[in-house]
Amino acid sequence: MRQPNNMILETALKLLLFFIVLFSIYIFTAGHYYPGGGFIGGLMTAGAIVLLLITYDIKTVQKILPVDYRIVTAIGLLFSIGTSAGALFFNVPFLTHVFTHVEVPVLGDLALHTATIFDLGVYFVVIGVTMTIILTIGEDE
Amino acid sequence: MNVLVNFLIGFFILCGALLCLIASFGVIRLPDVYTRNHAASKAATLGVMLILLGTFLYFFTLEGHVNSRLILGIAFLFMTSPISGHLINRAAYNSGVKLWDQSIRDDLREYNKKMLNKSSVD
Repeated sequence: MRQPNNMILETALKLLLFFIVLFSIYIFTAGHYYPGGGFIGGLMTAGAIVLLLITYDIKTVQKILPVDYRIVTAIGLLFSIGTSAGALFFNVPFLTHVFTHVEVPVLGDLALHTATIFDLGVYFVVIGVTMTIILTIGEDE
Repeated sequence: MNVLVNFLIGFFILCGALLCLIASFGVIRLPDVYTRNHAASKAATLGVMLILLGTFLYFFTLEGHVNSRLILGIAFLFMTSPISGHLINRAAYNSGVKLWDQSIRDDLREYNKKMLNKSSVD
């Protein structure tokens, strides 16, 4: 069992992480109508993970979030290419997006757009690349 | 009513700007790291919080727009700014930055010495 190094920081982090991750998801989803989007949302999520890395060490964070960030990057690229190439099946040019209004029981009228899935790909790629860079520098001995 | 709210907005923003100015004076004029950090992390936090509160009131009264991000910012700043001050002071103390030569009490040094003696006995 590891000794806590700085109790004040570790206790505050448990509350602050919720704020940061929530705000990054808000920024990601609000990207179509307000400033924001996949890039800045992904950077802010990566920032939350970096705050976790500052507070704990790399091994503990790897235990909390057992994620290989290279795979996250690959999944993000797959999302983006998939939504772009999906347009080819409907005889329209590459990167053509569609949107529609859907009536969802609880949430009401939602305007769903395939650009959101493209943006989700960007989000994953940004998290994956940022965390790969930081972890490779941090692990270097 | 509207005049009163306008007065309140101006009061909050001017007070916040004044507190930030006082904080920067404190950072320039105080003698060592710990007292400077004391000025910066307290006065500047309250100053920025007051400016954000004034901004929130402005958009709320004049445009009827509740900007929850400003409330979130106030809460976030209130939590993080003292912690960053604490961390900077702790890092400075642990890397051996001296206190001001006229300060007379250093309880943490005695505590550290006592813990060191105890661990060497064990």
